[in-house]
Amino acid sequence: MATERVTSTEAANKIIDQLREEHGTELMFHQSGGCCDGSAPMCFEVGDFMVGSRDVKMGEIHGCEFFMSPEQFEYMKATHLTIDVVKGRGSSFSIEIPLGVRFIAISRLYTDEELANLEEIEID
Amino acid sequence: MAYKKPEFKAQYENFIGGEWVAPVDEKYFEAISPVDNKVMAKAAQSNKKDVALAVKAGYKAFETWGKTSVTQRSTVLNKIADAMEANLEMLAIAETWDNGKAIRETINADLPLAIDHFRYFAGVIRSETGTVTDLDANTVSQEIHEPLGVVGQIIPWNFPILMAAWKIAPAIAAGNCVVLKPAEQTPISIMMLMEVISDIVPAGVINIINGFGPECGKPLALHPDLKKIGFTGETTTGKLIMQYASENIIPVTLELGGKSPNIFMESIMDKDDAFFDKAIEGLVLFAFNQGEVCTCPSRALIQESIYEPFMARVLERVKAIKRGSPLDESCMMGAQASTDQYEKILNYIDIGKAEGAELLIGGNKAAVEEFPDGCYIEPTIFKGNNKMRIFQEEIFGPVLSVTTFKDIDEALEIANDTIYGLGSGVWTRDVHEMQKLTRGIEAGRVWSNCYHLYPSHASFGGYKKSGIGRETHMMMLNNYRHTKNVLTSYDENALGFF
Repeated sequence: MATERVTSTEAANKIIDQLREEHGTELMFHQSGGCCDGSAPMCFEVGDFMVGSRDVKMGEIHGCEFFMSPEQFEYMKATHLTIDVVKGRGSSFSIEIPLGVRFIAISRLYTDEELANLEEIEID
Repeated sequence: MAYKKPEFKAQYENFIGGEWVAPVDEKYFEAISPVDNKVMAKAAQSNKKDVALAVKAGYKAFETWGKTSVTQRSTVLNKIADAMEANLEMLAIAETWDNGKAIRETINADLPLAIDHFRYFAGVIRSETGTVTDLDANTVSQEIHEPLGVVGQIIPWNFPILMAAWKIAPAIAAGNCVVLKPAEQTPISIMMLMEVISDIVPAGVINIINGFGPECGKPLALHPDLKKIGFTGETTTGKLIMQYASENIIPVTLELGGKSPNIFMESIMDKDDAFFDKAIEGLVLFAFNQGEVCTCPSRALIQESIYEPFMARVLERVKAIKRGSPLDESCMMGAQASTDQYEKILNYIDIGKAEGAELLIGGNKAAVEEFPDGCYIEPTIFKGNNKMRIFQEEIFGPVLSVTTFKDIDEALEIANDTIYGLGSGVWTRDVHEMQKLTRGIEAGRVWSNCYHLYPSHASFGGYKKSGIGRETHMMMLNNYRHTKNVLTSYDENALGFF
């Protein structure tokens, strides 16, 4: 089985379910970079954030597509991401903010076995 | 000496049309201080309805403010500065409590810089002019400045009052009215600033609404009557702001952060003098504001011939960083601004270790006895290589990544191997190296033998993914106004075409 590049915790899945129900629509994620609340995943209603034509789809978490810019993928491709949720007052337009929680990306290096089964992602 | 915790009101309303206005849906959220991780006050949880009220109030005020003479606008800006100065200590303490940063920074940097920003724009609008050109004997061209209207501004939490000043001062100096949304993490100090200046600013010229990004920031960015949107923050929201702006075809100014290189050439160690001491501090400035600065010098590039002796001196200085209660005037590093930031920074420290970077100092949570639940982290330095994630991603915490280079070409190659281009630093005693480095770095600001200075009359902004447009400096006025060309012919004769 191919290695998943991004996975989510039970706690994150619960928040995704809650947001899906409140918003009545499918959701997606985009990994942000830069200052302040950057270097964190942002959750949006599908169709709100215009996914870039060169953005890389890292995978899916709990039924939500997860994207990042190709430039970020270039240096994050060697690490696995686990999307978790913590209590906290983040800013940004990510839709979980009003719940008083914030999605965060926890990184770890792949194991040798995972690396062997990692599918290549082509960047334009 | 330690300053006392300030008195906060139980809740702060929005400031719209010169009045304190409760949010339409009467919802509030709890503002948490990272100093002790406890609720300090409640702030308005505004939405689309409050945005509509604020934009409307802005346009009502714009009818007169847009036509007010520069003399009067300048006077208002100067009065704002005077009132802030008279209340400097109170505002500085509030800012420390809201953001977590050390009181000696708010008293000596945040507030004085914010005050100067209003004075600077009060000054420059009195002296600048449009242009008049005789295009030929009978044709005169006038280039006239006119304000845009009501502009939206979404600001970050790392320097709440200073970032508000950076955005508000040029916008209102140019004759616009403002609807500004502070960051969710720091919604209070700016409302206390408005209490101080509410009688000075004509009603509706400055409108402040608190709320969450998806509920309040988004409808502000999408409001069809907005004439411009300015944003400081991260890249994904930056892209969204541009996307929303394209709906209404309005200009954007974006400041989206960086991964700023700070380059130390071997000549800094030619003498052990005052300048070398300055260079050591120049590196340790990565810990300024707990590393929560878009221009944080978070990558130190050191010439390999001086690496060992230079780092030995640097580490001594880092060990001497005094932590403790941010309200203690001897405290050099306060709390990180929020729990999610705190978790993020700690995860990057783990990534650095996992990727094989050598931990030189720090790398742990820090305890402050007085506030056991606050968000404190030790100043941390890793040695590694520029391809590591801790060298490429903005951590926004007190975490420095250090690497070495052989010569000036390699220094530039590493410095520019980043998707960002906001700040940078160059340290050398050699003027030729200085010229090659300052012109070779792809960044909007190069600090040359200094770092973290923010004078009003020096432009600030990014190359590459660090953003669009400039802030500070009088050139910013043109980001907040139209240029109208009035072309007049004094020739009595027709063109002759028809």
